[in-house]
Amino acid sequence: MIGEHLPIVVILTYCLAALLMPGAGLIHRRAPSILAFGTGVLALAFSLMTLWKTLDGGAFRYSVGAWPPPVGIELVADPLSAFFLVAVNLVSSLVLFHAHFSDEAESGERSISYYACVMLMLGGFSGIIGTADLFNLFVFLEMSALAGYAILGTGSGRSAHSAFRYLILGTIGASFYLIGLGFLYAETGSLNMGDVALILETAGMQSTARIALVFIILGIALKMALLPLHQWLPDVYTDAPAMSTALVAPIGAKVAVYVLIRIIYDVFPPGLGDWTFPLHTLLAVAGATAIVWGSVMAIPQTNLKRMLAFSSVAQIGYIALGIGLATPFGYIGAVLHVFNHALMKACLFLFSARLEKSDLGIRIDRLTPETRRLLPVSTACFVLAAISMIGLPPTAGFFSKWYLILGSYESGNWVYVAVILASSLLNAVYFFRIIERLYLGESAEAASRPMRVRLTRRNLALVTLAVSILLAGLFNLWIVRVLIEPMVPTF
Amino acid sequence: MTAYYLIGALFLVGLYGVIGVRNMIRKVIALTIANAAVILLFVYGASEAGDAPPILEGDAGIPVDPLPHALMLTAIVVGVATVGVALALLMRVYKAFGTIDEPDLWKELQK
Repeated sequence: MIGEHLPIVVILTYCLAALLMPGAGLIHRRAPSILAFGTGVLALAFSLMTLWKTLDGGAFRYSVGAWPPPVGIELVADPLSAFFLVAVNLVSSLVLFHAHFSDEAESGERSISYYACVMLMLGGFSGIIGTADLFNLFVFLEMSALAGYAILGTGSGRSAHSAFRYLILGTIGASFYLIGLGFLYAETGSLNMGDVALILETAGMQSTARIALVFIILGIALKMALLPLHQWLPDVYTDAPAMSTALVAPIGAKVAVYVLIRIIYDVFPPGLGDWTFPLHTLLAVAGATAIVWGSVMAIPQTNLKRMLAFSSVAQIGYIALGIGLATPFGYIGAVLHVFNHALMKACLFLFSARLEKSDLGIRIDRLTPETRRLLPVSTACFVLAAISMIGLPPTAGFFSKWYLILGSYESGNWVYVAVILASSLLNAVYFFRIIERLYLGESAEAASRPMRVRLTRRNLALVTLAVSILLAGLFNLWIVRVLIEPMVPTF
Repeated sequence: MTAYYLIGALFLVGLYGVIGVRNMIRKVIALTIANAAVILLFVYGASEAGDAPPILEGDAGIPVDPLPHALMLTAIVVGVATVGVALALLMRVYKAFGTIDEPDLWKELQK
């Protein structure tokens, strides 16, 4: 029964949980966080069912309220959307597990609205991934963004200020997207992605459609913090409460990446008409610049969260580069990196949340071997994620970079190969600096004391993420063959 | 065609306000101006299909395209919600720093 409604069930689960949140708050002080975690797991189960169904029988579509498309709103579950749905829900439910079991998010009265916003944000993300209607996508984009501003702004006054700046830029991005949509509607008279693509194929890229594409891409680039438009990201991720950053950073920008992939491969397929605007090249160049700039800026940072935020700018660059290469390997590398980076960033930011919670502070110069003695398991997970960020085999990070390098080779651009290799070195510089502080320079007397290495509810999410990074690396061939290859378009 | 230039100018006014104005409440107002320009773009674009109201009874001529109007109702609601969240964040900023003037705020943040 639920099978045919699957595309909308994930979205509704989150929206329903957001509505139930005040009631949960009345029952028990800790009920909202357990409801949030439970909903995350339920949504993950539904996403896995969706993935299973698409693997079994290919893409399937769902008309909301049985209004047939292109007039009605259509949801689509194909290999691409099912993969993103699973990635988003997997990471978010692990972070929500951590939020509940280690008391790191805010507690008491305030947690009702906090978790209601979390549910709305995740519902918005699932909606963006599920929808096949361009205007519906805008609504979900704003729904998740508004809830996201609220989540990121619930800290000090500083976090409210950076969330406000994010709101201004994010809303401008959404306006650009909407303007583009206006032009596109004027040209095609339709908002359904598949329908728009068909109309454009017969009509070709007229000037209105070109303007539309430029506006839409600009808007999405702002939302995903692609290089010249990344200004909001480091401040927001640094100032927000650690738990909020851990929730938003791994998946927030990735959903915008998904929109980008949908738009430039499904709505405006490459080679449409005789248009010579070098959109893909521009994306690749912006991506390559972001890789270098983000990595270089991460090196001198003194705040761990700020360093990780700049590294996020660089990682978005990898993904944009992969998309911009417009080769099968580049595409595989980009999608694989979305998943791998979500796992890695969640692990790294959860470690910073652990540091903040245990009053150790997140200043890099205050990290010592003593920190490692207090949090031995979490530190080990951090190091594993850091190694994966650098890209050493057999961790997941190596394989997505490998595919990106293959893609650059395929497109004949040696510069990109050099950029990816050089950035691995830069990543090594800023991560080894921290690993050195955590592991070396300990006095012999301190080193002889026994450490309490235990798996507790406080580090279980970190350990799961770290193990997933290893597993995603070891089984990367299965992920690529079974999950990613069916979604690769023809180039 | 003139109307499109005017709508474009309105959007640029909003964009300038968001970037160039010091007071952050005014930034929010500028944001709503930019938002209004986008809404006008859709509504005006819809009127190019015809000029009669989109009502089925009678024949008053070619009706306007009703779909963009419906879309813009949603966009207006989104805009209102955005302003709400923006003002709530500004209240937190004001409580923490005692100012919503951008240069003063940067000075406070440097401390």
